[in-house]
Amino acid sequence: MKRYTIFVITENFIGILNRITIIFTRRGINIDALTASESRIPGVHRITIEVTVTEETVIQLVNQIEKIIDVIKAFHHEDSGVVYQELALYKIPVSRLDGGLEKIIRDHHAKIIAAEPDFVVLELTGHKEKTRELLELLKDYGILEFARSGRVAVAKRMLTIDSFVN
Amino acid sequence: MRGADIVVRSLIAEQAEIIFGYPGGAIMPVYDALYDYHDQIKHVLTRHEQGAIHAAQGYARISGKVGVCLATSGPGATNLITGLADAQIDSTPLVCITGQVAAHLLGTDAFQETDVMGISMPATKWNIQVRHAKDIAPAIAKAFFIARSGRPGAVLIDITKNAQVELEEFNYSPCQEFRSYKIHHPVDLPAIQEAAALINSASRPYLLFGQGVVLGKAEAELKFFLDKSGIPAASTLLGSGALSQEHPNYVGKLGMHGNYAPNLLTNQCDVLIAVGMRFDDRVTGDLSRYAKQAKVIHLELDPSEINKNVKADVAVLGDCKESLATLTEAITGKKHEAWMAKFRALEQQEKEAVVQHDLTPTKAGLTMGEVIHQINQYKADDAVLVTDVGQHQMIAWRYFNYKKTRTQVTSGGLGTMGFALPAALGAQLHDYSRQVICVVGDGGIQMTIQELGTIMQTKAPVKIVLLNNNYLGMVRQWQQMFFDKRYSFTELDNPDFIKLADAYGIKAQKVDERSSLQEAIEDMLIHDGPFFLEVVVEKEDNVFPMIATGCSVEEVRLH
Ligand SMILES: Cc1ncc(C[n+]2csc(CCOP(=O)(O)OP(=O)(O)O)c2C)c(N)n1
Ligand SMILES: [Mg+2]
Repeated sequence: MKRYTIFVITENFIGILNRITIIFTRRGINIDALTASESRIPGVHRITIEVTVTEETVIQLVNQIEKIIDVIKAFHHEDSGVVYQELALYKIPVSRLDGGLEKIIRDHHAKIIAAEPDFVVLELTGHKEKTRELLELLKDYGILEFARSGRVAVAKRMLTIDSFVN
Repeated sequence: MRGADIVVRSLIAEQAEIIFGYPGGAIMPVYDALYDYHDQIKHVLTRHEQGAIHAAQGYARISGKVGVCLATSGPGATNLITGLADAQIDSTPLVCITGQVAAHLLGTDAFQETDVMGISMPATKWNIQVRHAKDIAPAIAKAFFIARSGRPGAVLIDITKNAQVELEEFNYSPCQEFRSYKIHHPVDLPAIQEAAALINSASRPYLLFGQGVVLGKAEAELKFFLDKSGIPAASTLLGSGALSQEHPNYVGKLGMHGNYAPNLLTNQCDVLIAVGMRFDDRVTGDLSRYAKQAKVIHLELDPSEINKNVKADVAVLGDCKESLATLTEAITGKKHEAWMAKFRALEQQEKEAVVQHDLTPTKAGLTMGEVIHQINQYKADDAVLVTDVGQHQMIAWRYFNYKKTRTQVTSGGLGTMGFALPAALGAQLHDYSRQVICVVGDGGIQMTIQELGTIMQTKAPVKIVLLNNNYLGMVRQWQQMFFDKRYSFTELDNPDFIKLADAYGIKAQKVDERSSLQEAIEDMLIHDGPFFLEVVVEKEDNVFPMIATGCSVEEVRLH
């Protein structure tokens, strides 16, 4: 089993995400993370799915996704074939702040993006390993909330979305 | 005009001749419109929406056209689901239109509202909800195109009631392509060359064909390929009829209850050529011991089928009508007499161990096999055999003499009991002059027996042959073989079927001894109109050969 990123280029129609996830649920496969957004071509959406499966399975998943009528193109890459990024937010109570936090923020290149009377929110972008590491360190500060995005990714292969859409 | 009129005009524009349906509140405007167009498009009122969709499937399978089905929202729509799943897994082109509550009520649990889009999604090739009259014609155009092109399948259009009564101009333009849907895969010439090289150097090549040959209208191409190559060929359940069984290369049927030689020798061939078939588990048995010694060539239209179950050494993606023709040119003509003789020798073993018992029994009780055997004596060459699901299905398939393409209608992938009676009705309504023989079990017929009413009303001359063993026979066989004969809830107390047919005004006869079988079948087949023939058969007969679940094709048993 390996970690794969599946890219799906699709028409922006109602229900398409549902059709895609059915392919995973039917086989009892858990989606590790999923992000969807409009691509740079209006009306065309881009869905990025992170999944841990065998190569054989990922190929079958991609074939079945591509078979969906409103999907324009689907393909997959191993981690080495993509440049990807994730974003994490950490909400920490003000009452627990001390001098140690500054070093942690500096060492991890995290940012404070909000400061409220009761809490501050830190932001860190980076791979899961990195955001998880910071999470561990911040546990001593009594984390109130933690949220991490799915991966946003682009393929290293030199192919543009236009070549699929037209 | 009203959205409802647009629905009907669009169907007419797609050259739909017949709609199978059932009315209700949310689809009433469309029914109202149908009243005006009854001279241009026929509607058949079934007795249940499941009957309507199976009838549309039977119609589609025989005609090669898109079957059309109409139902109301809520329960009307949910009653279609079994048929959608059945059509989708068996690649049958269908367009189903359901009414839906008015758009402003969607999501509020309004009367007879159900999430048809959500429920039907896993069972359709494509579905769409239309909330405005202006979107109706484009949706129907796209639906027909998707249903019949590429690998055919089931499509559903859910139309809200407000869209049916809104006014809009009608102009129809058929759909021919759109960017996200790629169906044309040009024949891959290097793959053909590779396949030809494998075939040319093979000493025991073997070809398996499935329904893809029928859907791709490649029957003639298959025949030419076999004529030239001399390669033995076996059929899947849904492939039956694509090649006449009288063709010298034809060696029989594949799968759990197929023939002995075709299953056994799958594990002895050196090159396996699969055409328009998807290596269903009922065909392959244990995959880890399936044709491991062979190089596999897979000719297939649907990319997601390639390497799904069986890894292809050479995959030829594309329409098998083209790829078979190109492949035929690339191979050298051969005969494979010694290899073919192996099939014939095993066929002889099957005859002695199984066929004799089935067709010329020595016991008093009638067998299902001899009924089909008698039908063969009197049927027309292009007679259509429609079967339900169970022992009778397997026996009818085993013994029916398929000579022409599109003569087979059965629920293959889903195995839906209750399929046969309405499907036979639909097949018959495509062509009243064709012989349509519906072979059905006492269990399955009672799942959709209400469609006798539709047969009565349409006077469709379907010949219904009920093989009555007073059991859910196939399940009973498994109980006997794998569950110590513990016959848990499989015996049936049945109604008087003859009285029932009689009540529907359908001519009926019951046969319970051998001496009257032949005449009854002859009478049935010459009867002008529907006919119900009940044959009381041996209660505890079993279907053989058999590949038990988890076994390999070479472990096919004769008893
Ligand atoms: C809708 C549905 N329910 C249950 C089954 C499981 N099943 C397969 S064959 C069979 C028995 C069929 O009995 P009958 O129609 O009498 O045919 P026979 O096997 O006796 O010829 C059953 C219950 C099924 N295929 N479809
Ligand atoms: Mg029975």
